[in-house]
Amino acid sequence: MTDSIHDMGGMDGFGKVEPEPDEPPFHQAWEGRVLAMQRAMGYAGAWNIDMSRAAQELLPPNVYLSVSYYKRWTLGIEHNLLKQGLADAGEIAGGHARNSAKPLRRKLTPDAVPATMTRGSYGRPAQAPARFKPGDRVRAKNIHPRTHTRLPRYVRGHIGTVELVHGCHVFPDTAAIGQGENPQWLYTVVFAGRELWGADADPTIKVSVDAFEPYLETP
Amino acid sequence: MADHDHDPHHEHGSELSETQLRVRALETILTEKGYVDPAALDAIVETYETKVGPRNGAVVVARAWTDPAFKQALLKDATAAVATLGHANPVGDHLVAVENTPQRHNMIVCTLCSCYPWEMLGLPPVWYKSAPYRSRAVKDPRGVLRDFGISLPQTTEIRVWDSTAETRYLVLPMRPSGTAGLSADELAALVTRDSMIGTGFPKPAERA
Repeated sequence: MTDSIHDMGGMDGFGKVEPEPDEPPFHQAWEGRVLAMQRAMGYAGAWNIDMSRAAQELLPPNVYLSVSYYKRWTLGIEHNLLKQGLADAGEIAGGHARNSAKPLRRKLTPDAVPATMTRGSYGRPAQAPARFKPGDRVRAKNIHPRTHTRLPRYVRGHIGTVELVHGCHVFPDTAAIGQGENPQWLYTVVFAGRELWGADADPTIKVSVDAFEPYLETP
Repeated sequence: MADHDHDPHHEHGSELSETQLRVRALETILTEKGYVDPAALDAIVETYETKVGPRNGAVVVARAWTDPAFKQALLKDATAAVATLGHANPVGDHLVAVENTPQRHNMIVCTLCSCYPWEMLGLPPVWYKSAPYRSRAVKDPRGVLRDFGISLPQTTEIRVWDSTAETRYLVLPMRPSGTAGLSADELAALVTRDSMIGTGFPKPAERA
């Protein structure tokens, strides 16, 4: 779902940012296990990073806001296990495997862990020439897909300027729903604060998003 | 997994134990099905607890402060430039370094989730993943900076980078004054995690 609570840019009412001095990597041991399971399942090819994000975005807003970060990951992993047919609801409720496993591409072993600490590459060969270049004025489309997208609401319909061209990247909107990598040109598009937030906004603010070509149109 | 004290910042005690059980059950299922090796999970956790952290980014920043050719390369293609240092795990693709100047201050956010340059900075802090930061950074960045005890001149441009794709951003903060005689190691010790996100400044030299 696209227009859900995860798309928080510009919302009011969440209060102050509260940095925590000397914050540990994990506050509870289970958080580390959750992160590691997500990594290991990604390595195994069970689902991709866009599917991980999309699963969390399906959480109802009250759940999304009331549970901790790694609890959201836990719920997302459970969702994707069910969705990919890797476990069933009875197994998740019972806490044990009862049915046979579905084959995965590979299994993460301890010796392979150092290599997984590098993020994967999402760049892909171009399928067509880039439609935009640095300096071009572009409008973020007013789109509201019912499935996953990475175009935040707060820029939709607004006009910005292409600042960087990052090449062609895996397109999250299709990768998240199992419709392939469908590589698209990726741009950093910068917007004036007043374009986004109105005439009363601070004139010294500029905000950019990284936008895939299908998100953009010529104004 | 050991039991933990009630932590009001995170979860209520009742949910905590429910969550611990739920996570343990999940790991049991994945292990019994042969999808994961618990020893590999141990290795991932240990790496994040002991090997990955903001020191990786600090070394990059200190090098950029002391080596103009490296700085130029970093701003042109950060992934390639960082790879030449060989001090960290090979950095992933699509890293972009953005330079603070007296005229422009950069700030990094991910409004949609928690995208963060992990290889350079370690795991993102809770505040970076929190609703207050994600909601306000793009609309009221000066207010967010005030939450961090920072204020910038009203003439400084605030440039916010929302990490909405697989590109990752690292802020190259301005070198503190009075650090002319410091070595790259001494300089790296001044570079804070928050200064590389854009919610802080490097430590002043006298407090090194």
